[in-house]
Amino acid sequence: MAVAAVAKTPSRGVRALREAAVAAVVALVLAVPLLGFETVQMQAGLELRTRWSWVAIAVASVFTGRLLLALFGSRARRDTPSPRSTELGRIVRQSAPYVGPVGVLAAVALPLMPFSDRYVLDVGILVLTYVMLGWGLNIVVGLAGLLDLGYVAFYAVGAYTFALLSLNFDLSFWICLPLAGLFAGSFGVLLGFPVLRLRGDYLAIVTLGFGEMIRVILINFSSLTNGPNGLSGIPRPSFFGLPFTAAPADGGATFSSFFGLAYSPLQRVIFLYYLILVLALLTNAFTLRIRRLPIGRAWEGLREDEIACRSLGINPTNTKLTAFAIGAMFGGFAGSFFATRQGFISPESFTFIESAIILAIVVLGGMGSQLGVVVAAIVLIGGPELVRQLEDFRMLAFGGLMVLIMLWRPRGLLAYREPTIRLGTAGAAVVSGPPQDGTQAR
Amino acid sequence: MEYFLQQLINGLTLGAIYGLVAIGYTMVYGIIGMINFAHGEIYMIGAFISMITFLLLGLLGISWMPLALLIVLVSAMVFTAVYGWTLERIAYRGLRSSPRLTALISAIGMSIFLQNYVQVLQGARVKALPPVLPGGFQIMELDGFVVQLSYLQIGIVVLTVVLMTAFSLLIARTPMGRAQRACEQDMKMASLVGIDVDRTISTTFVIGAALAAVAGMMVTLYYGVIDFYIGFLAGIKAFTAAVLGGIGSLPGAMLGGVAIGLIEVFWSAYFTIEYKDVAAFSILVLVLIFRPTGLLGRPESEKV
Repeated sequence: MAVAAVAKTPSRGVRALREAAVAAVVALVLAVPLLGFETVQMQAGLELRTRWSWVAIAVASVFTGRLLLALFGSRARRDTPSPRSTELGRIVRQSAPYVGPVGVLAAVALPLMPFSDRYVLDVGILVLTYVMLGWGLNIVVGLAGLLDLGYVAFYAVGAYTFALLSLNFDLSFWICLPLAGLFAGSFGVLLGFPVLRLRGDYLAIVTLGFGEMIRVILINFSSLTNGPNGLSGIPRPSFFGLPFTAAPADGGATFSSFFGLAYSPLQRVIFLYYLILVLALLTNAFTLRIRRLPIGRAWEGLREDEIACRSLGINPTNTKLTAFAIGAMFGGFAGSFFATRQGFISPESFTFIESAIILAIVVLGGMGSQLGVVVAAIVLIGGPELVRQLEDFRMLAFGGLMVLIMLWRPRGLLAYREPTIRLGTAGAAVVSGPPQDGTQAR
Repeated sequence: MEYFLQQLINGLTLGAIYGLVAIGYTMVYGIIGMINFAHGEIYMIGAFISMITFLLLGLLGISWMPLALLIVLVSAMVFTAVYGWTLERIAYRGLRSSPRLTALISAIGMSIFLQNYVQVLQGARVKALPPVLPGGFQIMELDGFVVQLSYLQIGIVVLTVVLMTAFSLLIARTPMGRAQRACEQDMKMASLVGIDVDRTISTTFVIGAALAAVAGMMVTLYYGVIDFYIGFLAGIKAFTAAVLGGIGSLPGAMLGGVAIGLIEVFWSAYFTIEYKDVAAFSILVLVLIFRPTGLLGRPESEKV
């Protein structure tokens, strides 16, 4: 709140009170129309109901919140990365060689834990799906610096490719998966080719438009996609040909009978969990490796300074196109996993909000930080999952959380990012740190 | 011909609504170089506030239409403007010097928040308002096809033209408009010569929100049905309009809005209504590829 300049500076308490009062007045104005009145659709038409108690609660809580913030909150400027945030990043970076493997071990061990029931595993699968999507998008946004708001389009293309291939041609999961990735990747090239010359924000809006277009086409191209009803009966994955069913369908072995285990529906969930874990880790390994190839360096160079890159003879369009296509390919992989896990897909699953969530995971994690993506996915996907019973408030909390995290850490949760390569004082290129462990799990 | 004329009228009406929303995008982009992603939600809130005011006036027994419309207009503008101001204050001011993506994510978060805020408070179901201002002129009639020009359509176009004129004068003639233009050109320089940059940016958001509220009121009256989700698509289309017209240019936003409205209506009328949104986006892509500065935008030089 802008405090009016007065001759004698009022004490902190007075100032806090005044700011809180201003905030309360604003809250009152905000609350009266939307909190104060509720529109109810009745038989005879719309009716208004009042609920002044809500307004009172809202105003009171804003007043208290603002007062507490003004009294005890710090007034630190946020335009420079706060030392705390960099400090945290540094700590994370120093412990990165350990955090990565420990995290992987924990993820591997999760299904074996005594507390892991169906629900925990389902949340785990969900979080890992978003981790994988986040890592895939991180190639596009974090490494190449291309703002893609339509990532869900490739997710959808992957899912539909998988579903259509396996439904129409009866191909197995392991054949459909790479095909879906390839198809999504070519789609990325197709979409990327005309638009990658655009600058940041324009690119964002065009990709957003593409995402919506794909959804509209999926809804209306009924002969192929079955329209808004979606595709159902997508085959479940099998363990190298061994289905996860109680009784073999055609006299063959099932997973449980082959390994001599008692049948449990949990087996498939655990398999799906490990499947997405492996897929996600593949994405991570790929990203970490490709960062050190010339193409990966070119991406990071383009992100930092496009003009300098052009003057060095890097073709920006082709370089961006590779990033776009590779990101799309991983989106396609994740999409086919989604299709096989759900067994049912419809255009409903591929709305803009999905793109926004994936992008939020990348940015909240600290762009380009692999570990940050994991942290952000756990916070954003796992967090709201904990308050599942408050169904209506889940997305409300999600949106609010996005704003708050951005205000608190404008550069992402793990803000610290070391350049992959650093120029030495003499101008010679020196690779930062030993390449094997230095940049592994960032 | 009659069919064409009818669609032209419908397209202009829709275009006026998009244009009003587009101004909010183009102004904010012009001054802080950021896509105000939550602007579509502000428009949606404007629609809800005008609907609630309408119902309230009905309860109070104010039924003389011009007065009722005026009250709705003013209250929607005022309350929505406060939403716009708060939005800027909470979600954007602290992030002004942060990386662009940060502000964009904050804006997307705010958009999700506001959408669900209205959904939680007002319910997810579609709200239908009875027609408020029925009737209109029959311009011509041929072979049983009547070209209708409703009072509401006249009102929407006239109000848009009036607001646009007033707004252009505000930007061109008043000290506030001068400050706004100065901040758009060079924020640091403007603050050095004594312009309160924070206040100017706040004003920009307030004006943008007020205009979006007018658009929201129009859409409530024109279509009679609103829900908490209308802001998203309208927001994207209005942004498309702003880009089409040349982002940062006020006449461009209006022109782009009308163009998008016409494209959408004609596409639905002559081709397939299912793909009308695809048509709008395709136009956006084509414009950006062949004329990235939009119709009226200034070419931007690349500095090293």
